[in-house]
Amino acid sequence: MTRRPVFLITVMCFGFAFFYIPILSMIVYSFNESRLATVWGGFSTKWYVSLFSNRQVGAALWLSLKIALVSASIATILGAMAGITLARFRKFRGRTLFSGMVTAPLIMPEVITGISLLIFFTLLANWIGWPGQRGFTTITLAHITFSMVFVTTVVHSRMTQMDRSIEEAAMDLGSRPWQVLRDVTLPVISPALLSGWLLAFTISLDDVVISSFVTGPGATTLPLLIWSKVKLGVTPDINALATLIVALVGICVILAGWLMSRAERRRLAEQRLAYRTNG
Amino acid sequence: MSDPAPFIRIEGVSKRFGHFEAVRDVNLTIGKGEIFALLGGSGCGKTTLLRMLAGFETPTSGRIYIDGQDMADTAPWDRPVHMMFQSYAIFPHMSVEKNIAYGLKHEKLTAAQRAARVGEMLALVQLTPFAKRKPHQISGGQRQRVALARALARQPKVLLLDEPLAALDKKLREHTQFELMSIQQRTGVTFVVVTHDQEEAMTLADRIAVMDKGEVKQVGPANEIYEYPNSRFVAGFIGAISTYPGRVIRLTGDIAEIDIPAMEGTFAARSLPGLTEGQQVTVALRPEKIAISKTCPDAVNVVEGQVKDLAYFGKDSLYRVTLPGGELISVHAVNARRASESGRPADWDDRVWLSFEPASAIILTD
Amino acid sequence: MKALASWFHRRGWRELIIGIPYLWLTLFFLIPFLIVVAMSVATRTPTAPPFGYGGENPILNFEGYGRLFTETLYIRAFVTSLMNAAIATLFCLALGYPMALGLTRVSKSWRNILLMLVILPFWTSFLLRVYAWMGLMGRNSWFNSMLTDAWNFVVPQAYTLNSIPMMNTNFAVILVMVYTYLPFMILPLYANLERLDPVLDEAAMDLGSRPFQVFRDVTLPQSIPGIIAGGMLVFIPAAGELVIPSLVGNPSSPMIGRIISDEFAQVRDWPMASTVAVALLILMVGPTMLYARYQQKAESAGAEDKP
Ligand SMILES: Nc1ncnc2c1ncn2[C@@H]1O[C@H](COP(=O)(O)OP(=O)(O)OP(=O)(O)O)[C@@H](O)[C@H]1O
Ligand SMILES: [Mg+2]
Repeated sequence: MTRRPVFLITVMCFGFAFFYIPILSMIVYSFNESRLATVWGGFSTKWYVSLFSNRQVGAALWLSLKIALVSASIATILGAMAGITLARFRKFRGRTLFSGMVTAPLIMPEVITGISLLIFFTLLANWIGWPGQRGFTTITLAHITFSMVFVTTVVHSRMTQMDRSIEEAAMDLGSRPWQVLRDVTLPVISPALLSGWLLAFTISLDDVVISSFVTGPGATTLPLLIWSKVKLGVTPDINALATLIVALVGICVILAGWLMSRAERRRLAEQRLAYRTNG
Repeated sequence: MSDPAPFIRIEGVSKRFGHFEAVRDVNLTIGKGEIFALLGGSGCGKTTLLRMLAGFETPTSGRIYIDGQDMADTAPWDRPVHMMFQSYAIFPHMSVEKNIAYGLKHEKLTAAQRAARVGEMLALVQLTPFAKRKPHQISGGQRQRVALARALARQPKVLLLDEPLAALDKKLREHTQFELMSIQQRTGVTFVVVTHDQEEAMTLADRIAVMDKGEVKQVGPANEIYEYPNSRFVAGFIGAISTYPGRVIRLTGDIAEIDIPAMEGTFAARSLPGLTEGQQVTVALRPEKIAISKTCPDAVNVVEGQVKDLAYFGKDSLYRVTLPGGELISVHAVNARRASESGRPADWDDRVWLSFEPASAIILTD
Repeated sequence: MKALASWFHRRGWRELIIGIPYLWLTLFFLIPFLIVVAMSVATRTPTAPPFGYGGENPILNFEGYGRLFTETLYIRAFVTSLMNAAIATLFCLALGYPMALGLTRVSKSWRNILLMLVILPFWTSFLLRVYAWMGLMGRNSWFNSMLTDAWNFVVPQAYTLNSIPMMNTNFAVILVMVYTYLPFMILPLYANLERLDPVLDEAAMDLGSRPFQVFRDVTLPQSIPGIIAGGMLVFIPAAGELVIPSLVGNPSSPMIGRIISDEFAQVRDWPMASTVAVALLILMVGPTMLYARYQQKAESAGAEDKP
């Protein structure tokens, strides 16, 4: 293929411009002096100052982080169990229902998940008096439920790629199945568990719709706070918040990429060394 | 090794996957301290048979006894057999040392005893300097040895090896064959080796079982299988051979006279018990059992032919000779004398005489 | 204690691993879902919670399902949702396909950077990506003025505008949907296209095909599973979308997600909200089945590649 795919490159340039121009514009306008968020009125950092002095934002961020941390951790445990079940336990009663239940939430519109959980929590509160008040607990339960199926997918696909003979080898060497799971399977799929956790964490941190249904008085997550502000129109302090989030994510991604490429390089070097020393 | 005490008994074992019969009615006994090879082409059921011994598959029918015990209800982790997997199955997240020590976790050993055993195993497979390395930091041959050491560490009664050398290059493979044999001698563990390489089976094994399509065709020491194959499949699978249909004309003592149309004549061969006059048989001849000369030799079985093709390898030559009936026969001759103008026994298009001993001709009745 | 340990040894560990997520999903997914289905045939009452079965009400009330087919509000909402989702999916495909194909053609180091750039917006907040467009589409934003100038330059005097009305239109909904869902189209397509053997392309060219013919005869047919996968990943959530139409959509022609949410929270008609939800799910079953089938096909095709 010596011919340059001119058309493809043109579309790609357009596509990436499409991806990033709105974000760049948002960043630029976060430094806007004017209160009218869309009209340039000179450089200023006052929106950052107002953002940092806003207690609401801090509280919402803290709540969001707490929910994301707890729900991602529990979702990873449950999702790993479900993924292992799908990949390793071929036959058990209700397998069809089970595999249906781990796929359905993936495609269920968020609105429906939201109202179904809200109705469920309301009725439950009527019948058994729990949950007395909606908030942290109900949001966390909801997030666990719909993010665990993403973890399940990640773990399941990793397990199907994994060489089964290493599990058989452990069994052959005298380990019972649960010891095999503990000593071999879990350590080997740990990268998948990590990426599942990260996925669950970001899903939870990003969720608006489901949280908006199952939240209660006083429990405002960061997305819910942004949602309530944005519904009223464009405001410059949201621009500042967005800029900070983009910067944070960008730094994390670049750092992760750098760490990974360094680990890969080191691994290759070690491999070369191994082959050299034994001729 | 001639008559080893039975240690593993496989009785009428079959394995079906759905409608497909991967292993069919296999009966084998394997002696203590023996190296036993399962030899056969791809997909003939060798791995499946091995996995039934290890306990990863349950036989559809039949029984397996190891050291006198029925294995039907014994889980893989309780069996006194260990397996070396085709892919080695080294735990990627553990160092060489930890891999080898893994099985010892389940034995009641003190830390010192365990360390001593691991050290012993490392020394046995010459990996002591690599103890702390991770699997991705060692070469393929070293990984193979880690797998071997790991399987031997718990001192199993039987070691199952699934194509242990398939992933190694030719030179390393030959070297490792002898290493495996010496380790087996030192440890005295019974080895059951799966291979599709007949040379490997013949080098390594005390006895070989030749398998085809899930069935065991013949069991015996290498020389017996080579010299006295009991079927066309075994004859053809092990070594080169030429086969011709024939008919038994007369039986006198232990000699059968056989009419071979391809050679346009009647030839004498060592008879088999149960042969009858008039029976249709196949006569098989190994290339190295045939003598070739440009003059008519004084021998019992002589046939005239014409050299169609020859390949000179230095120490020996391979001839392809056209028989009177038009078919080809392979002849392998050692170049005992130094080649000069007329040094070669025969050249292209020469008329030659081929001869063989009655005892060298193999009669196959299947 | 000992009995417990031996139970765990034998089968307990297995039963726990299956049982815990099973129980969880039954409690927090299956039961709530079944409640919604049951709610869809309940009758609205002025009690709290606002529904009832039996008594003076019919035991099973299918009135809601009747309203779906008779009231224009619902019919329009369904049509708008499906149209918007379909158009957004087509635009995602039109933009995403060349981008995914382009990604397979650039050098390896570039490819990793560009892939990262595709994924990066996904890690930033969804809400903020919608918000970014609110800034651009507003009446006096630089983007809107630029487009307005371009428009005024092209059209006759009589049609000139002060600004282009973009906010609160279906156009805005589709635009933002394309923007937010485009990565979901690109990534499966890229995964599919990357697996194709470049030798096939070369073979086809060798046989005298021009690049476009190669694309049509070799690349495109083999990328159908990727197109289906990407299409469904965009279409399904787009059809049920709530945030985007609420922020940039036309309030007078709401989409389904908005209807469900409003029936539930504003009108407090739980049975009707559930009815609309069930109807939306039924509409999603077809595309989902299609997706599952191609997904399976793509996976088994991938498995065959491996030795
Ligand atoms: N789990 C299984 N399900 C269905 N069929 C199987 C299964 N395992 C093996 N087979 C079939 O049984 C036959 C024998 O397989 P086996 O792995 O024992 O062959 P093999 O002799 O080890 O071959 P190779 O030399 O290629 O490793 C093959 O045709 C294979 O397709
Ligand atoms: Mg095999």
